[in-house]
Amino acid sequence: MIRPDKTDRALLNLLQEDLPLTHRPFAALAARLELTEPALLDRVTWLRDEGYITRFGPFFDAAAMGGAFCLCAMAVPAADFDAVLTKVNARPEVAHNYERAHRLNMWFVLATETPEGIAQTADAIERETGLKVLRFPKLQEFYIGFRVAA
Amino acid sequence: MSIDSTDRVLIEALQGGLPLVPAPYAEVADRLGLTEAEVTDRLAAMKSTGVIRRIAAAPNHYRLGMTANGMTVWDVADARIAELGAQVGALPFVTHCYERPRALPNWPFNLFAMVHGETREEVEAKRAQIRDLLGDARRGDDILYSTRILKKTGLRLRKRG
Repeated sequence: MIRPDKTDRALLNLLQEDLPLTHRPFAALAARLELTEPALLDRVTWLRDEGYITRFGPFFDAAAMGGAFCLCAMAVPAADFDAVLTKVNARPEVAHNYERAHRLNMWFVLATETPEGIAQTADAIERETGLKVLRFPKLQEFYIGFRVAA
Repeated sequence: MSIDSTDRVLIEALQGGLPLVPAPYAEVADRLGLTEAEVTDRLAAMKSTGVIRRIAAAPNHYRLGMTANGMTVWDVADARIAELGAQVGALPFVTHCYERPRALPNWPFNLFAMVHGETREEVEAKRAQIRDLLGDARRGDDILYSTRILKKTGLRLRKRG
């Protein structure tokens, strides 16, 4: 049997819905997939252990706890890329960082405990690298979700 | 909204994820010396205030074979962004969709929609669907493929006194 199989993929979609705050929350999911509760938990554990899901649990919103997030971008000259990357990644406020094929080639998310922390950190990166840090805070969020063909 | 020190302990305990056992909230309660009802009541309160968005899985797109990742960006009239953003965000293949500020003159784009696929061709086909949906409200667009993950960490909550 090739895994993840059809049931794993259906499970992956169900796991992206909000888990209820009940005593046996996985039992309801198991019933929807016609699995037993232990079989369902085995599959969830397998998906996590094999890295198909990076984490299962509450998604916390730093902004609602008084913190802030901001997507930032920089146009880093190729010759300086590694040196700039080292400086940017050294900051604990940098949560994710992706290289993208564009003039703006470094895109990272800042996560700070206070709204002021975003500007402070971005300004500090500008001073340290001599490069402009463009800031793209979210103004509106339309949807977060992901579905695999099941 | 406000979280107290017990909420903070609960958040720290759950940052790594929920235990994958039949009664996960009871298990967390045991570890923290709380009752299951205290844990679920606190989690419910944090959901209602938005501290917790949902309790769910974070899929690993790369592991699932979705190795092509394109950040599509669009210049849409501000007056229509709420309506069109909601429609783009509702497309099943769009994983994140946000309105963000433009950075003129070089960055006229205000709608960001993340699209994953197994190949760039698949991503381009999805991008074309977004383009069709936006129709003449689209004044310009671009796509930025990720070429390397440079850093990826979860939310880190610093301990406060």
